[in-house]
Amino acid sequence: MSNGKGGLGDGVIAVTLAVNGHVRRLAVEPRTTLLDALREELALTGTKKGCDRGECGACTVYVGGRRVLSCMTLAAMQDGREVTTIEGLERDGVLNSLQAAFVEHDGFQCGFCTSGQIMSGVAVIEEAAAGWPSAATADVAKPFSLSDLSDGEIRERMSGNLCRCACYPNIVDAIADAAKRR
Amino acid sequence: MHTFALTKADDPEKAIAAHASDEKLAFIAGGTDLLGLMKDRAALPTRLLDINGLPDMARIEPLEDGGLHIGALARMSDIAAHMEVRRRFPVIAESLLFAASGQLRNMASIGGNLLQRTRCAYFRDDDAPPCNKRSPGSGCSALHGLNRNHAIFGWSNDCVATHPSDVAVAFAALDATVVVRGVGGVRPIPFADFYRLPGSTPERDNVLSRGDLIVAVEVPARVEGRASHYLKVRDRQSYEFALVSVAVAVAVAGRHIRSARLAMGGVAPKPWRLADAEIALRGVSLDEVDALRSAIARSFVAARPLEHNAFKVELAERAVLRALQVAGGRQ
Repeated sequence: MSNGKGGLGDGVIAVTLAVNGHVRRLAVEPRTTLLDALREELALTGTKKGCDRGECGACTVYVGGRRVLSCMTLAAMQDGREVTTIEGLERDGVLNSLQAAFVEHDGFQCGFCTSGQIMSGVAVIEEAAAGWPSAATADVAKPFSLSDLSDGEIRERMSGNLCRCACYPNIVDAIADAAKRR
Repeated sequence: MHTFALTKADDPEKAIAAHASDEKLAFIAGGTDLLGLMKDRAALPTRLLDINGLPDMARIEPLEDGGLHIGALARMSDIAAHMEVRRRFPVIAESLLFAASGQLRNMASIGGNLLQRTRCAYFRDDDAPPCNKRSPGSGCSALHGLNRNHAIFGWSNDCVATHPSDVAVAFAALDATVVVRGVGGVRPIPFADFYRLPGSTPERDNVLSRGDLIVAVEVPARVEGRASHYLKVRDRQSYEFALVSVAVAVAVAGRHIRSARLAMGGVAPKPWRLADAEIALRGVSLDEVDALRSAIARSFVAARPLEHNAFKVELAERAVLRALQVAGGRQ
């Protein structure tokens, strides 16, 4: 067993994360969630803290390319991993196609859940393209492809992202549109 | 959250020894239940041991004999997406996909899934009302409180909570094995023996002891595997725990049931096998709905609903019938 890299005083752990393509070194307490590290240590406040219990999806980011809830994992457990937040989705000032689709389809009102919705939505399209079924899939024993990503599939796959303004129909439209353009 | 120490395990033997010698140490893998419990002060470990780096524990391997080996660190989403899992045991893939959300399924390990604690609101409440599971001897707030979501089988006066896992219900129906490594070596625990009924010690959910680490779940080849289905009934259509759920796997000759495996979630402190119904269903045609109904009803004679959950009996019986018809259609 190796201790967290020491030398930082009692209980503080040195963590290196590759955040949005940049190597970031920070010192955190063991109890610091990835969400708090991103917001409080790295000032990446695009990722939101809603429930802090894994129920609302507002804190969705990618670790190692997969969508996860940053409130339900410890920063120190992600040492050495690649993390992508909403700030890392655009490329050289050009919005990701789902970001653009959210603007086009009016997929938000207050905006608090929006970064989580978009992070999740981009991942939903990639998961469907990778052939992952969902609870809305009639027969999981059959292969799944992106063309099977119906509105019902999108609603099921996005159920971990709550929107208190209830923009759901427009969010589904935006994701369906971005999936078609992929 | 309270303060605690965090270290990473790289050797299973040392990890097991550390767990055996420190009752305030908890293993952490996905963390999706443990961190929630810690935030609600329902678990207060002083030391977390991150087991994600332990070797060869995330493998999902279809076995040559038709069975399945699932390493304890395999993530729910990877198991559910695995084509051979989906072909051999649709009930496993479906039970995983009907649980949690896409984000949580990417995080949660299968070992941790089996060990998640009840969603009883009294247990989770950080104001800590009486709860024998959380604080042994303090009483059960749900017994005469709000118990709409609670058990109709297997409960005691000390605890009426249900077990929340979906995939555990599928594993129970298939008589899977939990492979546990402890201080004395590796031992297989049949699923039927893994969870405990509450009795007078509801603080213990299962038969694991200090120093026990789940290393894998093994699913044996089952003739009923392909014709299987998981049906989950909830207050919301998605992202919710079960009111009742059922895992069904059947083998039929023509339209007649040769063998049926049935287990339920949301009705008991552990995945609940419907043994009497399984026997009564043998030889019954999938087209004889009345005969199916009366065979299923055999397992509900012993149901003991609480003040607010009598509806679960009929809901469960109907869910079993529908799941049986869907599974039967998958021959």
